Amino acid sequence: MLILSLYIASFIILFFSYKFVLRCFTNVEKQAKENTVTFGDESAIKPNRTASALSIFTLLFIWCAFTGSSLSPVHAPGPFTGDTSFTYTARNANNETDTAQVFIRVNPANKKIDTPSPANKNTNNFATNDSTTTSTYRSALIRVKKNDKGGKNKDYLITHINNQPIKPKQILAVSNGTVTLSKKGSLSFTPYKGWQMEPIWLPAPEAVFLRLIDIAQNGYQNVSLSENIGWSLLRVIVGFLLGCIVGIPLGYAMGLSSWFRGWFDPIVEFMRPIPPLALIPLVIIWFGIWESGKISLLFLAALWIMTIAARAGVSGVNISKIHAAYSLGASKLQILLHVIIPNSLPEIFTGARVAMGVCWGTVVAAELVAAEKGAGKMIIAASKFQQTDIVIMGIILIGVIGYAIDMLMRIAEKKLIPWKGNS
Amino acid sequence: MTQEVNTKKINTLTSSNLHINDVSMSFELPGGGSAEALKDVSIILHEGELLSILGPSGCGKTTLLNIVAGFLSPTKGSVSLNNHQVTGPSAERGMVFQQGALFEWMNVRKNIGFGPNMQNMPIAQINQRVDELLETVGLHGFAEKNVYELSGGMQQRVSLARCLANDPDVILMDEPLGALDALTREKMQSLILKLWKETGKTIILITHSVEEALLLGERLIVMAPRPGRIHKEYKLPFAQQAITADIREVKKTEKFTSTREEILSMIWDMEEEIMGRKA
Repeated sequence: MLILSLYIASFIILFFSYKFVLRCFTNVEKQAKENTVTFGDESAIKPNRTASALSIFTLLFIWCAFTGSSLSPVHAPGPFTGDTSFTYTARNANNETDTAQVFIRVNPANKKIDTPSPANKNTNNFATNDSTTTSTYRSALIRVKKNDKGGKNKDYLITHINNQPIKPKQILAVSNGTVTLSKKGSLSFTPYKGWQMEPIWLPAPEAVFLRLIDIAQNGYQNVSLSENIGWSLLRVIVGFLLGCIVGIPLGYAMGLSSWFRGWFDPIVEFMRPIPPLALIPLVIIWFGIWESGKISLLFLAALWIMTIAARAGVSGVNISKIHAAYSLGASKLQILLHVIIPNSLPEIFTGARVAMGVCWGTVVAAELVAAEKGAGKMIIAASKFQQTDIVIMGIILIGVIGYAIDMLMRIAEKKLIPWKGNS
Repeated sequence: MTQEVNTKKINTLTSSNLHINDVSMSFELPGGGSAEALKDVSIILHEGELLSILGPSGCGKTTLLNIVAGFLSPTKGSVSLNNHQVTGPSAERGMVFQQGALFEWMNVRKNIGFGPNMQNMPIAQINQRVDELLETVGLHGFAEKNVYELSGGMQQRVSLARCLANDPDVILMDEPLGALDALTREKMQSLILKLWKETGKTIILITHSVEEALLLGERLIVMAPRPGRIHKEYKLPFAQQAITADIREVKKTEKFTSTREEILSMIWDMEEEIMGRKA
């Protein structure tokens, strides 16, 4: 909640400060003129790259600030680390009271530090000082009665913490944390957690980056990063190509022959709305969890998209182009090769971009279910060991690769069909 | 006059000509019943004639052209060219469309050379013909351009050249200048006249514009709708005049303007009748 409101606040503040800065540097009249022309004209709206940069910066900043990252100078209050102590007052079976101290050392996560030695209390009273150690975000259980004289007697009670009365299950604030009294008379100390995320929920950006370097060099669970990514990509490409090899001719046939269209229409229309992920269980039953299963799944994911794209490509041919080709003496085969296929390329490319996106999403999901190697397998394995940094690294990599695939397809589209949008 | 027609009729037996015999065409309507797009249309076109067909929308002129091209087969009657019955599209009847019929994935040269290429003519010969045609339609130096880089008028020049590349017996033009602006249109009209004169082709031209029909038609057929039929035929001198004289001058002559008004009011009446029948 806090993070969301912070994010919205940054959006609003940055928006107005950007406007303000812009107004300081540009001619007001010119700006007003631009506004009247562009408002409501969707084609005039170009993404403001300053806003994009600020958006990424804001996200990174919030990420840094709430994970205690060293990249950001400002942080949300972090968890308590260091030494702290509180006192407890006990009453023994003889109705006498005595007070002793508990020393606690809270360590940063993943660091082992010695238990503090409790200062000796030079009294002959029955309560003895205790000491323990814990790490940030983890509460410590202190069996204070254990080393007290007469502590095993069932009438031995803890009555006060820092001179405040306490009952079982009550939570009391002490310096740098809270204390709870259990039914059996043990104390549980929870150190102050602060506003930052625990690394197990969200590791700091640099931890993710360091993990990326580590995994790129050493691999994860004896599988190198390139192997994991490579296998995922290989599956996508094989499945996608198989889908194209079957789907495109099928789409052409459906666009050119009423028998083909009638025969395959029910199948295509039925299969199209089924998300490929829903097919995973069936595909596993039929083809097993190995490569054949995953590739069949991706094949099915790409097949219907490519079929429909090719069919749309054929029906999108301007009839006068076909008529012109006929009246220029072209045969049916020549019309297919020289008119219908080139004319359907834009549609096919659009379909291919969608299919690649769907395949990439599906392969990761399929690997989550069953795989030996692959990007999805890497993150699901890491999540089982609560290695959130690997999970986040994997998610970012999957996103980046998906984006890169789409960019490559767009570049190829521009090179191969320069007439798209110009006809 | 009668004498002249008779001699031409004798000529038709030997030279190439187009016979449209009693062609009728009816379409099934989706809601049942049928619509008569054409009823008993007969035209005989001699070699080298330029016929323009004019009529209000829905009079079946495009249907007639599609039947001549072989894209549609008539429900009654037949079309024959040089005593061969038309059964489907063929390279002997070239067609020029309004717009969007060029192949965007080919450059200008490949578009114009498409027909000869489909007939497996040697590349060198194709290139030579394409260069000649580019010269003819005034697109010298545009051979390697992409068609989508050209203006609308230039694209129609490419369409004309592409059609001529096949050396067809008859050229069918389906509102070839319909999508052009008025200035480009006038230039293209004189180009069509020039091509007609130089190549001596038989041409059927369909148009919405009365002025264009008058100027480009050696013969002019005005069609009436519901059912589509021939309403009136004219023999006009303007095409011949415009070859030698300036187009603008021809359009200014009194005969031109009076004929234009006559035809305009004729079409106007037809449109009124349709509207009245609908209401």
